[in-house]
Amino acid sequence: MKRGRIAYNGAVHQVTEDQGRVRLADGRIVAEGAFQWLPPVEVGTVFALGLNYADHAKELAFKAPETPLVFLKGPNTITGHQAQTRRPADATYMHYECELAVVIGKTGKNVARADAMDIVAGYTVANDYAIRDYLENYYRPNLRVKNRDACTPLGPWLVDRDDIADPMQLALTTRVNGATTQQGSTADMIFDIPTLIAYLSSFMTLKPGDVILTGTPEGLADVKAGDVVETEVENICCLVNTIVDDQTWFANA
Amino acid sequence: MIEQHVSGTVYGVVLNDRASLARIGNDALEAAPYKGAPLAPALYIKPAGTRVPGGSVVSLPAGATAVEVGATVGLVMGRAAARLGVESALDAVAGVVLAADLSLPHASYYRPAIREKCFDGALPLGPVQPLGDLASLSLTTRIDGVVVEERSLADLLRDPARLLADVTGFMTLAEGDVLLVGVSYMAPQAVAGSRVSIHAGALGTLEFSIAGAQA
Repeated sequence: MKRGRIAYNGAVHQVTEDQGRVRLADGRIVAEGAFQWLPPVEVGTVFALGLNYADHAKELAFKAPETPLVFLKGPNTITGHQAQTRRPADATYMHYECELAVVIGKTGKNVARADAMDIVAGYTVANDYAIRDYLENYYRPNLRVKNRDACTPLGPWLVDRDDIADPMQLALTTRVNGATTQQGSTADMIFDIPTLIAYLSSFMTLKPGDVILTGTPEGLADVKAGDVVETEVENICCLVNTIVDDQTWFANA
Repeated sequence: MIEQHVSGTVYGVVLNDRASLARIGNDALEAAPYKGAPLAPALYIKPAGTRVPGGSVVSLPAGATAVEVGATVGLVMGRAAARLGVESALDAVAGVVLAADLSLPHASYYRPAIREKCFDGALPLGPVQPLGDLASLSLTTRIDGVVVEERSLADLLRDPARLLADVTGFMTLAEGDVLLVGVSYMAPQAVAGSRVSIHAGALGTLEFSIAGAQA
């Protein structure tokens, strides 16, 4: 099953996918455009992986890490499907990152690798934007690069774990204005999902609603205001986002 | 007025005091991997699972034998705040908490220190108290009764108002979020069995103890 969350008619609704349509719990079908997409889960702790695809590590001229390179993201940076993300006027290089997002469904501490998938609720898609102009070598990638408001679209659907036979064999694709710019496969992750869960839970308790963004393959490109960015993971969903400039973002400020 | 609780995300900053910059040293800051002193606040996140109240026993993660005790205070946001100006930034603050930012020792700030800073219990926090004059606040850390560090918030590079302005310049802080104003570079270390207290004037005393790794 695919589950989502929307804002509709003055309230937050949990919805399900019904033959490509959005269905409320009482059976009503709501049309795209009549509601706003919200992230499919109210996120707890959000983990993100740097350099978790060998080709991407090479692209950034880094040796692949020996332990997972993990950073955290605050809830301010998460936004939903069909949202806008701001490219600041002084940015010269802002890129998308198409990622498989793993949503935790059960509490877990010291979870063995072999048991790790037991605590997974399902999967969604993240676009972990970065603005490289703001990179500094302190707790890199630093928050000014990775934790900006609405810079991490998530969704639209949370797909049940058991609906995906092998999450480590999924194609990742990014299209900018319809042209494919990034292609990869989750098969190329350096640290796979069970390894990441075992690692994180070895020192902290994972809880329902925690999300792990598992990293991105090579194929980064600069995006400009007006660009429509689609990040898709095979059999999960396609997440759409539009880049806007400061004038649009702050038009009513 | 609603009493404010710490309910959101806790953010912290390193290298926000002159003593820490002196300790890490200008040569190190200019060399690889840093290649220059930080321009923006050097931030990190303490996730929800790190927060524990005073009086807690904090267990170290497996394989760890010592923990740095970063005595600091946190600004507790009373409302959503973005693009704050320095002059009015403190208007968005509902109160302050005394905090012990615990970290497994890490001499390098180059990569995010998630295992080091985010293990369960790695942020003992006192209760939310009224915002007073932080510039004159001194923090005294004792381990097993022995004073191991005294620091004053008068030494901050970015004072609380400036720090809030710079952080909210690129991200929104929500009501209940906390911004820790800075910890010492290579702060004093406690070990399993240590009893730790941090005293800070009108904010009182935060006490906790350290235990070895849980089986």
